[in-house]
Amino acid sequence: MLVLEDVHTHYGKIEALHGVSVEVKKGEIVSLIGANGAGKTTLLMTVCGNPRASAGRIFLEGKEITNESTAQIMRSGISIVPEGRRVFSGLTVEENLHMGGFFNTKAEIRKSQQHVYELFPRLKEREHQRAGTMSGGEQQMLAIGRALMSRPNMIILDEPSLGLAPLIIKQIFEIIGQLREEGITVFLVEQNAHQALNLADRGYVLETGKIRLHDTGKNLLENPDVQNAYLGG
Amino acid sequence: MAANNFRHALFCSIITLIISYPIIGFNLEAQGINVTLTGADASTVVMVLLAAVIVFLFQLFRDQIMGTLRSLPHPLPQSSKEPMAENRRAKIESWVLTGIVVLALFWPFFVSRGAVDLATLVLIYIMLALGLNVVVGLAGLLDLGYVAFYAVGAYTFALLSQYLGISFWLALPIGALLAALFGLVLGFPVLRLRGDYLAIVTLGFGEIIRILLNNWTTLTGGPNGIGGIPDPTLFGMEFGRRVKEEGNTSFHETFGIAYSGEHKVIFLYLIALVLAVFTALVIRRFMRMPVGRAWEALREDEIAARSLGLSRTAVKLSAFTIGAFFAGFAGTVFASKQGFISPESFVFLESAIILAIVVLGGMGSQIGVVLAAIAVTILPELAREFSEYRMLIFGAAMVLMMVWRPQGLMPMRRIHIELKRQE
Repeated sequence: MLVLEDVHTHYGKIEALHGVSVEVKKGEIVSLIGANGAGKTTLLMTVCGNPRASAGRIFLEGKEITNESTAQIMRSGISIVPEGRRVFSGLTVEENLHMGGFFNTKAEIRKSQQHVYELFPRLKEREHQRAGTMSGGEQQMLAIGRALMSRPNMIILDEPSLGLAPLIIKQIFEIIGQLREEGITVFLVEQNAHQALNLADRGYVLETGKIRLHDTGKNLLENPDVQNAYLGG
Repeated sequence: MAANNFRHALFCSIITLIISYPIIGFNLEAQGINVTLTGADASTVVMVLLAAVIVFLFQLFRDQIMGTLRSLPHPLPQSSKEPMAENRRAKIESWVLTGIVVLALFWPFFVSRGAVDLATLVLIYIMLALGLNVVVGLAGLLDLGYVAFYAVGAYTFALLSQYLGISFWLALPIGALLAALFGLVLGFPVLRLRGDYLAIVTLGFGEIIRILLNNWTTLTGGPNGIGGIPDPTLFGMEFGRRVKEEGNTSFHETFGIAYSGEHKVIFLYLIALVLAVFTALVIRRFMRMPVGRAWEALREDEIAARSLGLSRTAVKLSAFTIGAFFAGFAGTVFASKQGFISPESFVFLESAIILAIVVLGGMGSQIGVVLAAIAVTILPELAREFSEYRMLIFGAAMVLMMVWRPQGLMPMRRIHIELKRQE
């Protein structure tokens, strides 16, 4: 579904990704773990075309998107939940969701809105509340719901557990598992390695801009190197 | 505590003296070529001293005074009132607005010519502020050179009428479209900038236009401006005493009424009113369309908006272009009202005033912006009696506004319901 071939990314003169190859197959949950500054978010942003990859190729569903504009990429069946939620705090929950379905027809929006409310009943309760007045967990739910509004085939989540209470994190991960059952491919980027690998079919470990390890989620969990570095021994 | 209060009160009263004595107490008088400084008479000095004493006493007993004020029952117990239902509020609002527009239609026939003239100016400012409201209030792009588009509209009409003899009604759409085109052209290179940088570049653009108009003497007449701009006609009827253009008739002869200079003023006012209402309705429509939501989304969070597939450039450009379009509209009306324009009318202060209207009214709120446009244009006129102090009063009013209502006169209201407390 999503293939990165030897992707390099530069910020000015500094190279942040030194030739990364990642593949996410249809229907999978793939986790990417790594420490602060390893380049996780850079990798995601490169997929979205902001910044552009300076070398290498990126394919989405067999079509090359390396040089497409961000707006074009984001309209081709892929959704991203950006790091730090980034809901529109002045708009209500409903308006936020409608923004997610910006390029869809009204009927489609109604349908996907219904679907999002089924996934997150809490959002239905808060339908007319301003997004900025909700708790962090609710905002994360809204961010995921908003990304689902365009009915994507694939969703990319950047640190969905950031700054949330353990109970909420558990809920969010349950929802992510549910998305796979609906046939949505999930690419998950996390610092919370234990939960991310537990859920994932496969996992990648990114270290200073390079892929160090690549294996099934279970194997990575049992790998002593990973345990030492990311799972607290 | 008491000593502290006393020191503070003494300090405040001395500041009062220092500020008010030079302003009120001294007069500069021109006698021939010399300027002499004369002190004020005894009564003024007494007034200044009295003011200082009042400030001193108030500061000294501030705690007690504020205490008694606070213990009084609140005059408007709004906090305990249930918020009005959203659809009912919207209905009342639209009725009241329709009523105001109808009143405004008949109003000029009962008041003086000066009042109608001033009202026309107010309406021009309303158009400008509504247009800038799209750029600053909705899309969140700080534009300090908005007056440039106003100038483009005004000069388009002036030049077209001078060189090609084009009438007001034809120039109106051309002026607006040309201003929109300028907005589009300026927007392309500029909109990758954000915040302060954008503000400075737009400021520069505003100045470029003004300086260009000032120096391109062969075309624009430079600082001399362009005069003799024709008045708008009503189906080929002119409002002057004598018909200027071949083939036109005059209004007063057609209807067989006595000539009056007021007809023209009222007609201009009505045109401005119709255009202002048109502006408000079109922008209101835009706000409810997807493009309006896209403006707000981009203002709220650029990264999130882009993650949803919105094109940053397209959204910002649309806001810029639409804002410029209505400035061009206002410019054409302005040129027609004045009959004469020069670069002097399009200085940075104009941009600042329009921006002040938008901020005072409450960013994004149409009613607020209209109220603020009325207040900002009329206040200096009302305060004409104290002409020396009117800018002082204007400034003080702005400062007080920002202290008491930083969100503006009538902040933008989004549709939302207050949640009932669950107890």
